[in-house]
Amino acid sequence: MKFWPLLWGNLKRRKARTVFTLLSIVVAFILFSYLAAVRVAFSAGVDVAGADRLFTTHKTSIIQPLPAGYQTKIAEVPGVVLVTHATWFGGIYQNPNKGFQGVFQGPVDPEGYLAMYPEFKVQDDQKRAWIEDREGVLIGATTAARFGWKIGDRVPIQGTIWRKKDGSATWEFNVRGIYTGAKGVDTTQFLFHYDYFDEARQFGAGIVGWYIVRIADPAKTAEICKRIDAIFENSPAETKTVTEKALAQSFADQIGDIGSIIQWILSAVFFTLLLVTGNTIAQSVRERTSEIAVLKTVGFSDGKTLALILAESGLIAILGGGIGLTLGVLAVGAGDPTGGFLPIFYFPTKDLILGVIFVLLLGFVAGILPAIQAMRMRIVDALRRA
Amino acid sequence: MVNWFVQVFAVTLTAIRTVPQRRGAALATVAGIAGVVAVLVGVLSIGEGFRHALRSAGSPQNALVLRSGSDSEMMSVLLGDAVEIIAQAPGIARGSVAAGEAPVPLSSPELFVVVDVPKKSTGTPANVPLRGVQPTAFSTRPELKITSGRMLEWGKNEILVGEGAHRQFRGLDVGTHVKWGQNEWTVVGTFSANGALWESELWTDARVLQPSYRRGNSFQTVVVRLESVDAFDRFKDALTKDPRLDVTVQRESDFFGNQGRSLQAIIRQLGFLLAVLMGIGAVFGALNTMYSAVAARTREVATLRALGFGPGAVVVSVMAESLLLALAGGVVGALLAWLFFDGYRTSTLNFDTFSQVTFAFDVTPALLFQGVFFALVLGLAGGLFPAIRAARMPVTAALREA
Repeated sequence: MKFWPLLWGNLKRRKARTVFTLLSIVVAFILFSYLAAVRVAFSAGVDVAGADRLFTTHKTSIIQPLPAGYQTKIAEVPGVVLVTHATWFGGIYQNPNKGFQGVFQGPVDPEGYLAMYPEFKVQDDQKRAWIEDREGVLIGATTAARFGWKIGDRVPIQGTIWRKKDGSATWEFNVRGIYTGAKGVDTTQFLFHYDYFDEARQFGAGIVGWYIVRIADPAKTAEICKRIDAIFENSPAETKTVTEKALAQSFADQIGDIGSIIQWILSAVFFTLLLVTGNTIAQSVRERTSEIAVLKTVGFSDGKTLALILAESGLIAILGGGIGLTLGVLAVGAGDPTGGFLPIFYFPTKDLILGVIFVLLLGFVAGILPAIQAMRMRIVDALRRA
Repeated sequence: MVNWFVQVFAVTLTAIRTVPQRRGAALATVAGIAGVVAVLVGVLSIGEGFRHALRSAGSPQNALVLRSGSDSEMMSVLLGDAVEIIAQAPGIARGSVAAGEAPVPLSSPELFVVVDVPKKSTGTPANVPLRGVQPTAFSTRPELKITSGRMLEWGKNEILVGEGAHRQFRGLDVGTHVKWGQNEWTVVGTFSANGALWESELWTDARVLQPSYRRGNSFQTVVVRLESVDAFDRFKDALTKDPRLDVTVQRESDFFGNQGRSLQAIIRQLGFLLAVLMGIGAVFGALNTMYSAVAARTREVATLRALGFGPGAVVVSVMAESLLLALAGGVVGALLAWLFFDGYRTSTLNFDTFSQVTFAFDVTPALLFQGVFFALVLGLAGGLFPAIRAARMPVTAALREA
């Protein structure tokens, strides 16, 4: 610690450069945080998918509906613990530019759906109020915050596909509950009663969008998928059953290489920034050849010189990286930059560890070469060169 | 005044001549700015290509009729009798759909569904749009050309495949049979459409598609060819005032201009965010370089000042150097983006229609210009403070320091 003033003095000798270097590192690590969040967003929840949940959809496409009667037949398959269903509603709130259509809004069986997704956390009284109110809706905290909805509000949603029997396209719901969830849980959904929806809709009574199936033993996934699909083979609505992970993966694949190209670009940028700042740090050490020679003349050992220079590059990396990661995590936590089009947007903890490793690596790599040069330097040569 | 310009010119020339002596730092600046510009132009070219695919799909001379309240083709439903009424509306152009046939109103009722087809790149199923059409569909979109195989035979289970879809998805070669649900279809040809949205789609006879999707006699949209671009209002008024109908009418070009908003928003926001963050990084890089350039030239600048050159000339010379480096970086970056991104073909999910769109990245001249302009802004920002410092240096101290 007694060398602290020396270290500090070295950083202060060119204040502007130190500040710019620091800020570049800060920017690099803010980028790194977004990179991590964007990666999760484009993989659309593949990492957080429940291993014991299967999706049964129409074989031709997920947009084709299935008869509501399939539920009891799927429930009879051995190994199936729970079956529930959901349907795509695709309504508009206020105007199409608000992006509410991309949010999953759907008529569900309230109790069955919550049992299927235990990661949706609702207070007991809110849950009861939602189940009891036929026109009630349960909303994810993210969506509630985005539109400023509170418990007790009555929200009108414009149906784009579904209309009521009287021909009107406006569906009104009472906000009865707001659910939250841990990191990575989709807290954007807008869930209401299937019974109410099914009775009120103009056409399509008795059909649902897809089934969600919980199985007891994930090891038997393949067998159970095959059994479910076999029941409906050669019927007018054949099915395709896959794991939640496979479904999420297929959506990620549908978004396609756009996601990977953006990630690739972000990584390239991140590493270029590290390279450039690393070079600046190294440069600032190389400029001080004569000073280091003086230090050695007054009795600094080779090891101490090495440590001193590594400490300097390490300090600047840790300072910049620390600030950058903190700001990055805060910025990502503030929500996705597209205003709600990416429902899952968070900073994964394991990337924080990766970030810290990059910070240390930057400090070490930037400092080690000039540090070794300084250590090996012969005093006379260095003094003469200056 | 002339003297001032001579001064500026002389000092700037000296500054630029000494750039090779500071090769390392100068190259780092050029590379940094080139990187920023390449990434910015690259990301924006994704959005540009996507927009091109959607925008070129819409003709201002076509009108699109949807059920009111529906904002995408997927969500709309129009019953058979509504389709008949629409075809009789005023303002619709007439023409014959095949040589020798009597002219009919060019009104094309269509179905729009999605089928799972595996993507070539990953092998996983993707939502590919399947459009059910009638002969008039080809008359309303004259840009459509059959590029291989033949035209549909009406009333048969046949499909035409857009060239984009053919490139991105597996098992759609001419002559192949595909099975969706209970029905089997034969691919009979491929078509192109100037890179428009239709190239992402599969087309088939609507009358064949209706029963296999249990749509009865209903359709989803009607596209009409108008007599002229100006006939739109007449057509629209007639439909919206008709009490038997409950529809919205839009110009096709307006409609497709608005589709794909979600994806465009994502790309624009990400591109902007990237440009700002990277721009900050690049400005720091440029500032570092220019400060050290000024430091290295301390004695030279001080000598010039002692000889009577004004501070303005010094400022301009530093700025000119910075701008020159930025310009070089901008041009290199824009060229890199053009080399690597222009024409790159891919497909993605359009969230608004829940189906795949195939398109090519499009590095337009406007984007190149924007990239170079952004580089110059960075150069300006990076050069300003060092230039002021150079001009403010006290001459005597500067001469001594060196």
